[in-house]
Amino acid sequence: MVIITVDMDKCQHYGQCCFEADDVFALNDDGQLEYVAEADESRRADIESAADVCPMQAITVK
Amino acid sequence: MAATVLVVGAGLGGLRAAEALRGAGFEGAITVVGDEPAMPYNRPPLSKEALSAGVHVAELEFRRKPSVADVDWRLGSPAIASDFTARTVTLADGTHLSFDGLVIASGIRPRRLPIAGPEAGRHVLRTAHDAMNLRNYLVPGRTAVIMGAGFIGCEVAATARGLGAEVHIVAIDEQPMVRPLGAELGMGMRSRHEHHGVKFHLGRTVQSFLGGEHITSVLLDDGTELSASVVVEAVGSVCNVEWLAGNGLDLTDGLLVDQAMVVSAEVPVVAVGDIARHPNALFGNVPRRIEHWNIPTETGRRAGASLASLLRGEQPDQAPFAAMPSFWSDQYQYKLQSFGMPGLATSIQIVEGTADDACIVEYSDESGLVGVVGVDRTAELAPYRKHLLER
Repeated sequence: MVIITVDMDKCQHYGQCCFEADDVFALNDDGQLEYVAEADESRRADIESAADVCPMQAITVK
Repeated sequence: MAATVLVVGAGLGGLRAAEALRGAGFEGAITVVGDEPAMPYNRPPLSKEALSAGVHVAELEFRRKPSVADVDWRLGSPAIASDFTARTVTLADGTHLSFDGLVIASGIRPRRLPIAGPEAGRHVLRTAHDAMNLRNYLVPGRTAVIMGAGFIGCEVAATARGLGAEVHIVAIDEQPMVRPLGAELGMGMRSRHEHHGVKFHLGRTVQSFLGGEHITSVLLDDGTELSASVVVEAVGSVCNVEWLAGNGLDLTDGLLVDQAMVVSAEVPVVAVGDIARHPNALFGNVPRRIEHWNIPTETGRRAGASLASLLRGEQPDQAPFAAMPSFWSDQYQYKLQSFGMPGLATSIQIVEGTADDACIVEYSDESGLVGVVGVDRTAELAPYRKHLLER
């Protein structure tokens, strides 16, 4: 299981992560980031990629 | 014996290339050389929240993947020479390092203009050290004169106003950020800055710095004299290529690479990040250097995989390189975000909102859409990005 945490104090809602793993990260209608906290192990590469491309480096993947 | 890779440059591009080497199965030794004493860290906050709240470089460090835990980091001494035939790199501290494969990730530094007058009080902003030095001047009662109206100049202006300093921006351009944004949105951003108290001197250049030991004022080409506690020079960049001289490379505008980020296959050398003049299949494969934050990651991933192939005696993946350039900027409460290459546009149209408020701007050339910029409309840009990917 992949455990995802986003530091919402750091997150600026740029949504770059959404393009890497759109099943995990999404911007809602108000432009705010929403995400699921757990994902299947098979999604790890894309989720790590989402953490890499976050401009604020707000995403932690375990 | 297993091959050795040397990465010159301990920034984001160097880190991502090292991670990609491991990701591609490279098991040999990796050494990363950096001129700064710090582990790879995130630079964009240096003009924004870190400049405002205080610079703590440890908090800006990138998380490193477990696969690069065994990398040998040699920090604090830049590369000064290299010999591709002998496969060696020399550091400023006299160390000679050998390599089988080389990653060029030495990046850029701020351009300095030859301007007469005192040196003390002249600042640039590239490193955490630069930001720490600048921070002390950005307080009420002090005046910052910022040279250059690009993103760094404008972000520093916004941060400095937030800290209570007086701010002047001097730039030759007709509007701030005009090259990427165009005149209309540039003017809209200028209004926002002026509303927050920034004074612009556009179409102007700095003639000289005045003062005794330390700068006390800045003289412009029209005779205007601006009182100054500090000058921030944000007038573009220069590639750190001097250490590569003597290897028969064209070093006039970074390093030319192919779509696999390969500089040389015979002696396995790849380049990444700000310094790599790379083709992009989304934009006609014209080799360009792109100084956007997402490019070191995209080129680093590709370069690491390519170098791992070369060191196995295999041809690197020849698929087109087609990463979407993207930039973003925070100034005051406003958020800019871009996809594509708006700077290539021959026509610019505001399709939602107005330039001085939340808006979406389309940038096109004869081939169609080449870029999009949103101000405070981030969530609505995804369809434009998709359109750009399908170009």
